Amino acid sequence: MKRRMVQYISALLTNVNLPGFIQGRIYQGVSKHVCVPGLNCYSCPAAIGACPLGALQTILASSRYTFSYYVTGTLLLFGVFMGRYVCGWLCPFGLIQELLYKLPSPTWTIPRWAGYIKYVILIVFVLFLPVFLVNNLGMGDPFFCKYICPAGTMEGGIPLLASHPDLRDAAGNLFLFKLLLLVLVILLSIKSFRPFCKIICPLGAIYGLFNPISIYRYRVDKEKCIKCGKCAQNCKMGVEMYKESNSLECIRCGECRSSCPVEAITTTFRLGNDSK
Amino acid sequence: MNKKHLRILLLTMGVVLLILGAVRNEAVSVYTKAVKICLECIGIG
Repeated sequence: MKRRMVQYISALLTNVNLPGFIQGRIYQGVSKHVCVPGLNCYSCPAAIGACPLGALQTILASSRYTFSYYVTGTLLLFGVFMGRYVCGWLCPFGLIQELLYKLPSPTWTIPRWAGYIKYVILIVFVLFLPVFLVNNLGMGDPFFCKYICPAGTMEGGIPLLASHPDLRDAAGNLFLFKLLLLVLVILLSIKSFRPFCKIICPLGAIYGLFNPISIYRYRVDKEKCIKCGKCAQNCKMGVEMYKESNSLECIRCGECRSSCPVEAITTTFRLGNDSK
Repeated sequence: MNKKHLRILLLTMGVVLLILGAVRNEAVSVYTKAVKICLECIGIG
């Protein structure tokens, strides 16, 4: 399957330092100056790039800066080119959730309103608290990484604690809390498609805002569309593609395209406007 | 402003911001954080 293969390759390319898991050391090459497109903890021993959300909070929480030109520019470029294609094709944590969803289990549908929670998390934990809740030296914390991000616990916390007895000794209630969050996300991922992406992920919230204007986008031919609703039935993100072809929730997985009986849904990669 | 112009504007802004950020050493701050174990990220605090 084409998308799955791209997901595996992307996950491997962003985590190519596999010996790091055995050595218990994180990668220190120059590529860590650069943000990868998807959510991928830079404390994962295999990671060779920086997580854009972690990088953004690092800059915002520092006493030196109150705004990150560097990470904002990076997110603008990824967003304008691809929108949430990043989520559907390039994000390693999205891939992990999809693989968990393959496990047989009764399914649970996440209510649509829950999708708004990620915007609150973006504003409060990523943008507001790191800037305004600071210590005497003017330094804040990366609040999303510290209190929420299950990717950091899974990709960084567990492998590093497994190989560092001193880190195991230092782990306390915060680690237990984050471990519980991770277990919750894993259990939810078995029962529901990409619950973290739908409810929590601030990076998906940012990229989603670009979906309506991104250069890579979907297009529904209104003359061909027979409004049969097959696209909506097959969309695991709960998007009614025939009504809203560039929904903020669409991760460009392509299920709607392959299920459309009249091939009314197409993709386009154009700087200019659609011809129809 | 139509969407084509908006895309061009945002892409240009993206490149300019990226360069501005690099010039004021934000990339170095990102690197410094990314090459050390982030205790907050892994749940130590």
